[in-house]
Amino acid sequence: MCDTCGCGDPEVVPVDVHDTILAGNNRTAAHNRDHFRERGVVAINLMGSPGAGKTAILEATARLVAGREGPPSTGRRLGALAGDLATDHDADRLQAAGIAAKSITTGSACHLDAAMVHRGLHDFPWRELDYLFIENVGNLVCPAVYDLGQEANVVALSVTEGTDKPLKYPVMFLKADLVLITKIDLLPHLPEIRIEAIADALARVMPRPAFLPVSARTGAGMDGWIDWLARVPRPRPASAAEAHAGHHQ
Amino acid sequence: MHEYSIVEALLARVDEEARARGASAVHRLTVRIGELSGVEIDLLTAAYATFRERTICAHADLDVKPVPAVWGCPECGGAIARGAVLRCRDCGVPARLIGGDEILLDRIEMEVP
Repeated sequence: MCDTCGCGDPEVVPVDVHDTILAGNNRTAAHNRDHFRERGVVAINLMGSPGAGKTAILEATARLVAGREGPPSTGRRLGALAGDLATDHDADRLQAAGIAAKSITTGSACHLDAAMVHRGLHDFPWRELDYLFIENVGNLVCPAVYDLGQEANVVALSVTEGTDKPLKYPVMFLKADLVLITKIDLLPHLPEIRIEAIADALARVMPRPAFLPVSARTGAGMDGWIDWLARVPRPRPASAAEAHAGHHQ
Repeated sequence: MHEYSIVEALLARVDEEARARGASAVHRLTVRIGELSGVEIDLLTAAYATFRERTICAHADLDVKPVPAVWGCPECGGAIARGAVLRCRDCGVPARLIGGDEILLDRIEMEVP
């Protein structure tokens, strides 16, 4: 009630919040991250345009990991949650490549959020994995905004997309820990595309530009990608593992 | 068009804050949106105009404060120009984003009994 003049009118008060609008998503993402860390699962959020080659990279990764003898930290058990607007095609391809895979069909949503990933974990053997790839919806804008609980963001950028995509979509590349420059087997057909020009564009949007030119088709550069995966740190959970363990058993 | 889901999250948060204080209406929201937040202000305001109907914000103005992207050197504090390579020329260290990635709800002006 107005206590200035006692007129009985309601009072308008300012309430300062100063909190991110996505606080709810961020809480769920932190919860996902705790789950992954408790189980030693490295979650990778794989983003990129439609057709950038995200699924092909994962198929090639599976082939390489299966054929590679290495220390346990190399990781052998791969899984994927594939975000897709309308089909299960990507998950089917990944299953065929030997990756435990499940679709998250988003309907009209242009991105995955932390709650969709959390729901995707149910009825999915994610605890047995070394690496969980979260293949986001093909889109260079929206997915960059949502934390999912991943350890690292990887962006696939194909050489056919031109050299200035990082400058046009700076937020996506700003959030990237690694950019995979894909389809480099096509470079002989694209005389106007130079890797140096893509690298220059990345250096203007990423403070710590990190990129690997790769070809899923020929396998070129893929060893560097597998090595990069093996080097992703596996931090301990932020919260007490004891208090949280068994929450979703 | 993730701006729609940002507006849904915004309206849910405002509703929560308003209920906690027994507010009967909301008059104005103030949000800060960074240039490098990935949120388009025009799309956000359009989404808000659609989704506020039949919520406690039905008659509340949305005041959006844009925040420009500012990069600086974490060592010497020098500014790093827009479009430049994001590394300090003097110190050689990666630039730091000082501002411009905000997606913040700053203030709610609400009517309390």
